[in-house]
This record gives sequence, structure tokens and C-alpha cells, in this order.
Amino acid sequence: MGVRLKKPWLALAPELVASLPGQLGVFQLANEHREVVYIGFAGARSLFGLKGELGHRLGKWPFFRVEVNMAYRTRYRELLMAHFSDHGCYPTENTAEETAGLGRLSLTALTKIAVKTKVGS
Amino acid sequence: MLVRMVRRFVREEIVPLELDLDPDTDELAEEDSIRLKAIVQSMGLFGLGIPEEYGGPDIDMVTQTLISMEISQHRAGLYAPCYGVFGGAGLAQLFESSDAQKESYLYPTLRGEKRGFFGLTEPSGGSDPARAIQTRAVRDGDDWVINGSKIFISGADRADFGLVFARTSPDKGRGGVTCFIVDTDTPGFYVRRIVHTLRSAHYATELQFEDMRVPHANVLGGVNKGFAIANDRLSRQRIPYSAGCIGVAIKAHEMAVEYSKIRETFGAPLSSRQSIQWMLVDNEIDIQQARWATLEAADLADKGLPFRKQAAMAKLVSTEGASRVVDRSMQIHGGYGVTKDFPFERWYREMRIRRIGEGPSEVQRHIIARDILGSSLR
Repeated sequence: MGVRLKKPWLALAPELVASLPGQLGVFQLANEHREVVYIGFAGARSLFGLKGELGHRLGKWPFFRVEVNMAYRTRYRELLMAHFSDHGCYPTENTAEETAGLGRLSLTALTKIAVKTKVGS
Repeated sequence: MLVRMVRRFVREEIVPLELDLDPDTDELAEEDSIRLKAIVQSMGLFGLGIPEEYGGPDIDMVTQTLISMEISQHRAGLYAPCYGVFGGAGLAQLFESSDAQKESYLYPTLRGEKRGFFGLTEPSGGSDPARAIQTRAVRDGDDWVINGSKIFISGADRADFGLVFARTSPDKGRGGVTCFIVDTDTPGFYVRRIVHTLRSAHYATELQFEDMRVPHANVLGGVNKGFAIANDRLSRQRIPYSAGCIGVAIKAHEMAVEYSKIRETFGAPLSSRQSIQWMLVDNEIDIQQARWATLEAADLADKGLPFRKQAAMAKLVSTEGASRVVDRSMQIHGGYGVTKDFPFERWYREMRIRRIGEGPSEVQRHIIARDILGSSLR
């Protein structure tokens, strides 16, 4: 499992959502440019898990992708923090309450160090 | 009376809140947290583990241990007892810091303005930190330059500063380790990645230090005296760590006893079956053993007597015993026991970590054996 979710985007359409598992996990929503606009999770209180969470969001955004994951809370936070590390901001549709108190990752800074070291060597 | 008051607080204020919380969360809504902290302050118990001269409650280690056994008796109780509304000492090593360090780090931490992390374990090992530490600190004028990495570090991504242990004298073994107070906005400080574990409510982090410059004024406790700081913390921490396990075991056992009386199989309650009765008996024995061992260690600590062996025994007996109690209680609950509707699955996962964290069972046995034999085994 990589830090970033890299699965292909799927159309957020009723027939695809209906085929999703009712399991716990994380998901991302994207706009027409396939830019992440929201990161969410289907937790143990979500009725029908990922299928239920995405069913509530039909018609709001064109694309989605999911990852079944029992550790949905930590994975959710990791995806938000990775997004911040990559873009300098959180996804536009995540509320301030959802992102309050999140930590910071140094993914981008460390990539630059690794490249610099490689070039130097 | 104090213990009964805390028990009532947990049952009337914390447990009902969990009915609506995500079963894997370790945080409360801010308004609930503020409200509950005010209640704890009115009970005179805010800041458990903080010395009285720094504003903590005036209670001894035995009482603190009994309270720790109560505040862990809920779903999130093992790692987030009462969701942190009792406050706590956090990085107790800072009580030994210089006046200037206290102003910059200890007092802001006690006021809730700063957060710290404890950075000891490295990819090369955690059970033998004195030898495993490979992070190097080299003196350069008024600074130290630190290079290396740490793993399984809690809260570093959200912290303002941390205690980082680094090797300053490569040829001195445990006498060559120094503790540095490091601000997390220091250039060269990186949170490399999140480390996911069984404890899905919370993650650890891996850190990397690249030519990180730390002023000499940020050395805590003196150069090459870091291992004593780490070691003291590890011994003392084992007592509340044990008490938390016992609290969860008590709650799991209590639920198993109740369930066994109402759940019927083949026309009779589970409690009438000898196989179930023996499970409950074994639960009771595991809990009593752990309670006695932990309270003895706390009593010795209160009296200023050596308690390293007793703390190791308490840690060993309570983590292993509580693991068995949670397992048996889950078994008695059958299919419900493994669902997220009940707290057992969370306790089962988190309790497994307890046999490794703060020194695994094998290290505790090593400490006890060394004490029995009267000298180092190595």
C-alpha cells in the first residue's frame, strides 16, 4: 500500500456504486479534471460501508475511487496529510473541522533530498 | 471514595458518549472535552502524574494506580483513558530540565500550549536502546548536528518539540547517549511516514534527521546522560501502563460475567456450564495477580524503595494476563465478541501491542532474571 491512493478514477454513477462492497475503508472524490476535492471514510457507524457513503454523494462530483481498509481512521488522516504535503492545502470540500489537529508529513521535502542526493552521487 | 467518584464519572460521563462515537476513535468533540475537563478539575484530579509543585493533584502512586485502573474501563480506555480529560504529565523528563528549558518547554506543555514527543526507538531496535541507537550527534561550535532516524514515534507529526536521543560518544555504549530537546520546525527535521499498526485509532511515525542543528542549550540532563533519563521513564511508566491493562481486563470480565448469566444455550444460561465458569475463574485469577503485582510496585515507588523488578513483574503479569482475559471474554460473547458493536475487538487488537510496547515480555523477564541473579547476565 503506497502513501498516496493511485487507483484509477471511476465514474460516480449509481450502477458502479451499487457494485461496491459494504466494507470499511477510505474514498476520494474528484472533479472533472480528476483533481481530488474530498477525502472521506466509511467507518463502523456507516450504514453499508463504502457503498452507503458514496451512495449519499451521487451526483455531486463526477469521479471517485476507494480503498477497503479496516484501519480507516489512520488511513484517512494519512491521505489528508499526504494531500497537504503535495499541494500545500487540504481538499476543497473537506471542512476545517475534519482537518483540525492533523499532523504534517515531509513527503515532498524528502523526495527533493533523495533527488539531490542521487544527483550529487 | 476517590476511586468510587472516578468510577461513577467513567460510567455516567464517558461510556454513554461512546454509544455515538466511531468505535475506533480516540478523540472527543471539543465541547465534550472542555465540559469533561471542567468536571475533572472540579474533582481536583486534573493533571494526573504531574507533581504537586507544578499544579498536579496531591495523590500518591498507589492512588494514581487505582485511578488509572478506573479511567481505562471503556472502549478507548487502553490508549486513550477518558479521552485525555484527566490531563497528565506527558514528558515527565522535562521536570528535570533547566530553568530556561522549563520556561520554553515544560510550562507551555503543562498549560496545553505545546505538545511534545518521545523519540527513542530506532529502526535498529527498541528493546535495547542503549546499544541500538545509531542516530549520531556531533558537536559543532555551540550546536550539535544530528543525523539519523527514529521509528514508532507517537505524535511527532503534531508536536511542537520532542525529546530525541542520539549517540554522542560512539565507544561508550549506554554511557554515550544524550537527550536533546528538538523543535519540530528545525531545518532537517522530517516526518518521513506514518506507520500503521493494529491500533487503528492512532498511528505512529517514522522520523528522519538530516544535518539537523540543535543548540547545546537544548541538551537535557547533560551530555552522555541520556540513557539514565530514558531508563527512569521506562521503569516508572510501567506502573500506569499495567494499571490501564488491568482496567480493561476488569471491564471485559464484568461484561463476560453479565453476558454469561443472560445468554442461554441448549436451554440453560452459559454461566451454568463448567467450561464457562472456569474461563471466568481464570479471568478473576489473572486480574487479581496483576492487581497485586502492580499495587506492590506502586507502593514501593511511593516509599522511595527500588521498584524496578516489581514494575517489570507488574508489566509482564498485567499485559499477558489482561490479554488472556480479553480473549476469554470475547470467546464467551461468541460472534458478538468479534463485531465492532462491542469493545472486545478493539481491546483485543490494542492489548496485543501492550505485550511489546514499553519493553516486551522477554525484556521484563530479563530484568527480573538479572535482579534474581544479582548481576548483569551479559
